[in-house]
Amino acid sequence: MAYRWKNDLSAPDATPEAVFMNRRQWMAGMAAGVALTGLSGRARAAGEDAGLEPNSWEDITTYNNYYEFGTGKDDPVKYADRLSIAPWEVQIDGLVDRPGAYAFKDIMARMTIEERIYRFRCVEAWSMVIPWNGFELADLLDMAGVQAGAKYVAFETVLDKDAMPGTRYPVLDWPYVEGLRLDEAMHPLTIMATGIYGRDIPKQNGAPLRLVVPWKYGFKSIKSVVRITLTDSEPPTSWNKANPREYGFYSNVNPEVDHPRWSQATERRVGGGIFSPRIETPMFNGYGEDVAGLYDGMDLTRFF
Amino acid sequence: MIAARINALARRVPTAAIYILCALPVPVLFYMGATGGLGPEPIKALEQELGKIALQLLVAGLAITPLRRHAGINLLRFRRALGLMAFFHVVVHLLVWAVLDVQIVAQIWADILKRPYVTVGMAAFVLMIPLALTSNDRALRRLGPRWRVLHRLTYGVAVLGAIHFLWLTKGFQIEPLAYLAAILGLLALRIRRLPMKKAVGQGS
Repeated sequence: MAYRWKNDLSAPDATPEAVFMNRRQWMAGMAAGVALTGLSGRARAAGEDAGLEPNSWEDITTYNNYYEFGTGKDDPVKYADRLSIAPWEVQIDGLVDRPGAYAFKDIMARMTIEERIYRFRCVEAWSMVIPWNGFELADLLDMAGVQAGAKYVAFETVLDKDAMPGTRYPVLDWPYVEGLRLDEAMHPLTIMATGIYGRDIPKQNGAPLRLVVPWKYGFKSIKSVVRITLTDSEPPTSWNKANPREYGFYSNVNPEVDHPRWSQATERRVGGGIFSPRIETPMFNGYGEDVAGLYDGMDLTRFF
Repeated sequence: MIAARINALARRVPTAAIYILCALPVPVLFYMGATGGLGPEPIKALEQELGKIALQLLVAGLAITPLRRHAGINLLRFRRALGLMAFFHVVVHLLVWAVLDVQIVAQIWADILKRPYVTVGMAAFVLMIPLALTSNDRALRRLGPRWRVLHRLTYGVAVLGAIHFLWLTKGFQIEPLAYLAAILGLLALRIRRLPMKKAVGQGS
């Protein structure tokens, strides 16, 4: 069931190579009076309307939270290369008809890869716009056959202590685990990303495949997934285990519910330099029209 | 031996050099932030680096007395420079937070009142103001023995600074705990000293 959701921007608008390879230089060139091509001119106009001008490849791949490699934003890009990702298998088990270890290349052979340009909002109040490539999680779950009793989906990140220097410290209870309610997991916006800007997803961004749930804070979008388990009860999630007062199971982007230690009302788009302005954070990160219905009747200050 | 050599060397270093050296990170960091050297999110990086340098200077300042008493290394004449430069970094850290990071005036005030780690950081800054204002020879003379009592506020400032850092990190992280441990250790060296003062006499 690919293509259930349509981008505000089409792929060619987002990916002129010259733009993503060196956005800053390109912008400087524009400021210096270089003539606009029809293509990039259209991309800018459309991007600004939708608030969806993608961040540069450099922004997306050098500013990461992947605590298994260290807590610094530049630790993942420094150390992630140590992780071996081939061959890669995803264990799919629990309440499924066809449990087992699925080879990544077999998964890729069966999935339809499409581009999804999503806003990405970190719980730390910074954000990016990222042109992911990937497939709908629903398609992967359908491949394994979800059983009638399944209500939740649990995910687990690879834990390779030799390759991941951050796991020497108990920053979190390793391995990193996350979870979604089944309807969230089956939603057309929820994807497993395998690429960015049409290239294989870099290791610091969660290679070879990671979850992307654009209406939730970034930490829900678990990286380098090795296990997916269908369950009938709410699975534990890493940040909730570490600090349940600050991080709930749902963790939907919500400008009205502050993190106990900082405001979530505004965010700053990464890559805007030293005078980058704050912008208002929209409810559900701007995807309310698609997902608000999932939470009808729920008190979102309680189920944060 | 080593202490004597360090002392001899230190006597030849003008205090102005310490001021210049310790102030240097501010223009360097701003230059790096403006030219991409601090990564794609320079505001947070700038804020965090300035805060850490302020803490490092506070730790250095707190180390002066234990170094003299326990190791015979006398760097006392640099302590004022270390303290004032710590204050300088705290002021710039605060300005970066307010002007470049938070940006919204109402939000700045709300954060100070509402966010405990911000409150703690602000308290440390406020406690530093009288210390910075009295870090000159005239104030030292005029206050006499009260000057020393007043400047013990530094202990509180350093502890609050470390708590501020600890409180804003996510998960269990070593770095802020290392600062807190260093500060508490340097303070503990002083506490043990007090009752022994008269008995030991001139020390090492």
